[in-house]
Amino acid sequence: MDGTRTGPVLRHLGETALELGPAEPGGGPWRRGISDGIVWLVLDRQGSSVNTVSQDVIEALEAEIAALEQDTPRAVVIRSAKTAGFAAGADISGFDRMSDAGAADLLRRGHGVLDRLENLSCPTICVVHGAALGAGFEIALACDWRIAVDGASFGFPEVRLGLHPGLGGTFRLPALIDPTEAMTLMLTGKAAHTGKARKLGIADVVTEERHVQAAIDAVLNGDVGREAAGLKFRALRFDRARRLAADRMRSETAKKVPQDHYPAPYALIDLWERHGDDRAAMQTAEIESFASLLDTDTSRNLRRVFFLRQRLKDIARGADGIAHVHVVGAGAMGGEIAAWAALKGKTVTLEDVALDPLGAAVARARRICKDAHLSGIETRDALDRLMPDPRGYGARRADLVIEAAPEDAALKREIYATLRDWMKDGSILATNTSSLRLADLRDGAPDPARFAGLHFFNPVPKMQLVEVVRHDTTDDDAAGRLTAFCGAIDKLPAPVTDHPGFLVNRALMPYLMEAMVLMDEGVSKERIDTAAIRFGMPMGPVTLADQVGLDICLDVAESLKRSVDKPMAEISDRLRERVEAGETGKKAGQGFYDWSDGTPHPDDGGGPDDMTDRLILPMLDACVECLRLGVVRDADELDAAMVFATGFAPFRGGPLHHARARGVDETRTRLEELAARHGPRFAPDPGWPDV
Amino acid sequence: MSRPVYLVDGARTPFLKARGKPGPFTPVDLAVQCGRPLLARQPFGADAIDLVILGCVNVLQDEMNPARVAALRLGLGAGMVAFTTQINCGSGMQSIDTARRYVSDGSHEIILAGGAEALSHAPLVLRQSAVEWFGQMAQAKGPVAQARAMTGLRPEFFKPIVGLERGLTDPITDLNMGQTAEVLAHRFRIDRKAADTYAMQSHHRLARAQDEGWLEDEVMPAFDAQGNAYDRDDGVRPDSDLEGLSKPGPAFEKPYGKVTAGNSSQITDGASWVIVASEDAVEKHRLSPIARLVDAEWAALDPSIMGLGPLLASTPLARRHDLAIDDIDLWELNEAFAAQVLSCVEAWADDSFCREVLGLDAAFGRIDRDRLNVDGGAISLGHPVGTSGNRIVLHLANALRRQGKRRGIATECIGGGLGGAMLLEVA
Repeated sequence: MDGTRTGPVLRHLGETALELGPAEPGGGPWRRGISDGIVWLVLDRQGSSVNTVSQDVIEALEAEIAALEQDTPRAVVIRSAKTAGFAAGADISGFDRMSDAGAADLLRRGHGVLDRLENLSCPTICVVHGAALGAGFEIALACDWRIAVDGASFGFPEVRLGLHPGLGGTFRLPALIDPTEAMTLMLTGKAAHTGKARKLGIADVVTEERHVQAAIDAVLNGDVGREAAGLKFRALRFDRARRLAADRMRSETAKKVPQDHYPAPYALIDLWERHGDDRAAMQTAEIESFASLLDTDTSRNLRRVFFLRQRLKDIARGADGIAHVHVVGAGAMGGEIAAWAALKGKTVTLEDVALDPLGAAVARARRICKDAHLSGIETRDALDRLMPDPRGYGARRADLVIEAAPEDAALKREIYATLRDWMKDGSILATNTSSLRLADLRDGAPDPARFAGLHFFNPVPKMQLVEVVRHDTTDDDAAGRLTAFCGAIDKLPAPVTDHPGFLVNRALMPYLMEAMVLMDEGVSKERIDTAAIRFGMPMGPVTLADQVGLDICLDVAESLKRSVDKPMAEISDRLRERVEAGETGKKAGQGFYDWSDGTPHPDDGGGPDDMTDRLILPMLDACVECLRLGVVRDADELDAAMVFATGFAPFRGGPLHHARARGVDETRTRLEELAARHGPRFAPDPGWPDV
Repeated sequence: MSRPVYLVDGARTPFLKARGKPGPFTPVDLAVQCGRPLLARQPFGADAIDLVILGCVNVLQDEMNPARVAALRLGLGAGMVAFTTQINCGSGMQSIDTARRYVSDGSHEIILAGGAEALSHAPLVLRQSAVEWFGQMAQAKGPVAQARAMTGLRPEFFKPIVGLERGLTDPITDLNMGQTAEVLAHRFRIDRKAADTYAMQSHHRLARAQDEGWLEDEVMPAFDAQGNAYDRDDGVRPDSDLEGLSKPGPAFEKPYGKVTAGNSSQITDGASWVIVASEDAVEKHRLSPIARLVDAEWAALDPSIMGLGPLLASTPLARRHDLAIDDIDLWELNEAFAAQVLSCVEAWADDSFCREVLGLDAAFGRIDRDRLNVDGGAISLGHPVGTSGNRIVLHLANALRRQGKRRGIATECIGGGLGGAMLLEVA
């Protein structure tokens, strides 16, 4: 993790080479070799640094297995030649084609291949390093033994794509380990890391790469034991016990996702409840269920979101040339940005005139490390990299300075004037402003060409998106380094222009303001939030306003009202009153909600009939405005930014995708109706015909 | 080859009084806390540093060779050679002297030399008899042998020894360091009131230095993982007076002794670094040195009077450079005990002592209190043993520059019967 820990000697020696036995590079995705009576099948898909299990991988495996059935060796070892890991799962880009070509037939063929692997008469050993996900995990499960190299993980992330395992995972995993644990892995999509995989019984052996050959020998010598199935295991063979367990799973799942938006986990629970005692029936049902889920809008949209993420990751590629980050302002945002960058390996200095916020930032950083499951040593190193800097020494050494001072243009200009004397040539100054225009700050920057916005969202560790904001004269190199910096700290960059509120706040603000108008009309905040949650938002607008901070909301609302050339709702007095009273939301413990006992969970029945449209459509309309004005480069990047910054209902594929699915004309007509009834703030943007 | 050597910068943590439980920082934590800002304010990067030397007496089990652990945690790279020096209370000055010699001989250009100590982390040690019992238990095979070994258990096994107490006791004479101060107080007729008066001045001087901002560049705030910020030496008692100091009884030799907790140095955690550089490095990186490290001397004497170590080390140093007492503008003489500092002053003013012990023609002279420990010392600041020698050199350099003075000596007594001294001139 820490580059400074790697001296020239280790650099020369390089990564520990993977033990690939006698397998030589060959033509297909599987390298093959035999020595000492053991056949090695090594997965090495050409043209990619990561293995995915595509149709050709399965077909080539079929050919290998046919040969092994004819001429059975002493044992078979299966592993990956990629340093990145075993296999990242199925080839998702092939899913659309698969669904068109009759998915069930293809799945049946795949099942046949893994069944034949399972039925080979010699021992089969899968050696897993890195991640074995989805179909990769399913290949491992079809082997007799699994050796995990420390750091390995096993998981079924299919549920995140609106699916469940489709190559035998639904019956092979519950047959191997405690079925309720198996179901939990499949329902949550969470991976089991090495230690847990060993404990659950997924991995038979855990070792280091340097001992892989010895571990294989131990398995073949019969030196590795396996525990017999437990009592619970046997109990769940009975329908009644499974029915009880399934009900519990349904209620747990319902706490996270509703069935009408996310059918896959419910389908999986049904499968297991019905066929958990009958492998053959389960196999048939798994294939049918997977094929039908593949065709749902939810799965198509979640797959779309998967590719939108890849798209933003691609933007984030490249070298950032940023080793040292200096953050000015240790408020909640500045402190978390600094902590996050340090956690991700950057050297960070955090400047503030007062010591108390600096101390609080260090304590917050420690909690962020804990939430990220860092070990004690990793946490120590992250905190070592985060230096509180009351004297501002770091500005002189930094490759990137992030200004996260209060939203006061005069104060920011003052800070920039000081930085001008300190910042070295070639370093970039970025502001985390949410409500000020870069055009108004640019002239005070040490070098306007190397001045940009780097707009993080609150809370920084959870929110994946960062808006990388360019003004008219930001140069390409600086903008490119900033997007690469986002990649380096595991964030998704969305390049946007210097529009009021940029993209995300511009789109969110009408939604938040309409919620306040509804409150002024007498609708309860719980009803408003429930309507948004039912639409598929992760939280309602009132809760979101509290979380963003009502003071920030007010700043952004006022700035938008000043500079956006469109009618907007009046800023509600209740917002001003809260801010004046210091009840600024989550950070103050009190906003519209009382946060003293943690996040509120509103749940209330329906509101006015048109409430959902009144909340959601103005957000879509603002997105259309941003698209028309070129605030983002295209509709996909816009949808991506909204999903990853606001959690906009992922199963709907993004706001513009959703508008198209609903029908552009219908949406526009609806806006006109709302405008007639509630005022010109609903008047549709002229960009709608181009959506 | 002998080249001029400079002290170009330095920084330390606040000195944090031990309060009956392990403090927030280990020795290496402390070294990292003050090392980071010190390095951050240099115009050169980690690659310009050739070597790291760190003085530390009470090394923790988790931080063997703390110099190397600190170097890695400071991001100085896998290729950074680093070693730890241990000569008791002289460790932090030994690191500077070793750096000085390496730079002087032309083999190194820039060395990071420090001291780190967390006395509040001093371990509880098992009695030898308990260690033996544990050994027997571990070797006992089978329930019968274990039961038999179990019968050897004694209640005293659960009364551990405070490691620090043993560390502050001389193993040759079995005298506690405080007792060696009682010996000197007796020999040089230092009474309780003189010792208390000296201690009071130490507190007042440190409080003034803090209030005037004289420690601004020297003391870097430290931050623990719980979010607490520490920005000043917390053992100081600005309102210290003779009445208060007269209250505590003798700490080491009850009931008649004169050395009390009030007129002794405090048990404290802290770290300090200085950057030692050659003339070439100063020019190359356009550094502004604070002082030139002119020379140093180490000496030894009977452990029971270790407190006179400063005389035996400083006097030959002054003579080698033809310096009389008036030529030394400022002294930092580590305040292990008020009685010990005052005994040194008396001995230098004593004709027969100076003639017979130091080989001078007459008394060296009486050091003016206005030149001695001008901003307080270990009595008000505390004495993290491996760090103090480093701090007094750094502070001497800063005080000389602030007062527009030219030359000074930093010197210390060292438990076990040693003394160290370093001569500085402002650059």
